[in-house]
Amino acid sequence: MTVGLEHYLTVSALLFGLGLYAVLTRRNAVALLMGVELILNAANLNFVAFARFVDGGVEGHIVAAFVIVLAAAEAAVALAIVLAMFRNFGTVNVDTVNRLKR
Amino acid sequence: MSGDLVFYGFALLTVLSGFFVVASRNVVHAAFSLLFTLFGVAGLYAQLGADFLAVTQTVVYIGGILVLVIFAVMMTRIPRSDAPRRGLDRAVPAAILSLLAFALIYMVIVGTRWPERATGAPEATVAEIGTGLMTTFVFPFEYASLVLLAAMVGAAILIRERAPADVADDAAGDGEVRS
Repeated sequence: MTVGLEHYLTVSALLFGLGLYAVLTRRNAVALLMGVELILNAANLNFVAFARFVDGGVEGHIVAAFVIVLAAAEAAVALAIVLAMFRNFGTVNVDTVNRLKR
Repeated sequence: MSGDLVFYGFALLTVLSGFFVVASRNVVHAAFSLLFTLFGVAGLYAQLGADFLAVTQTVVYIGGILVLVIFAVMMTRIPRSDAPRRGLDRAVPAAILSLLAFALIYMVIVGTRWPERATGAPEATVAEIGTGLMTTFVFPFEYASLVLLAAMVGAAILIRERAPADVADDAAGDGEVRS
């Protein structure tokens, strides 16, 4: 069977499942973020796969590029929060950090 | 067909290293596995004829986001003994939920008749993407630059050292200041 749309979508679904599992189980804030990156990549893979096999244009590529931009912004802010968290609480465990203010 | 073999290679690389990102206890190992996952996805983009995105993925994700993540991992190292433990009580329901989510999506993937078109040889997309960004997508494009600026300023404010005046204020008050 030749590689088609379903194959890419399946890889994307697997990535999504792994990312979801990471978000649900990880307690380290940085590792949790990695799960979010996996999910974003899964979504991007879907965009590009549909652009190739269904749509044929580059709109899917452009949207995927915007997702990459937002992922970069999200990573920068989130990691800044993680560093502030580590400075104030001495840990990056998201279970123990449950106060907004000292 | 050799293209199929390349697809399976990249798919295997992506999913296996993605599994290690999730399963590895050591966050540094997880971060380096993420490198291979992102690279595998870039390879899949190239297979799909998305040349621009494959390069963007490599430059922005691997060269930018992953370096940030690894920096954060290194700067927030904690002794192994009080590293966050993952209890089985959390892992089992999470695994079931993730598998259910995957099964649901997979059923939709297999059960739907996608309106697939015949695919020819992939063409270069850079010129088309550039035109698209300057015409149809010009508003989101400009808006993305605003978002990036806001994220940059926000990140800088979040991690700045507190100014001496703030510290003096706080010392008069009740809170202890650690910065």
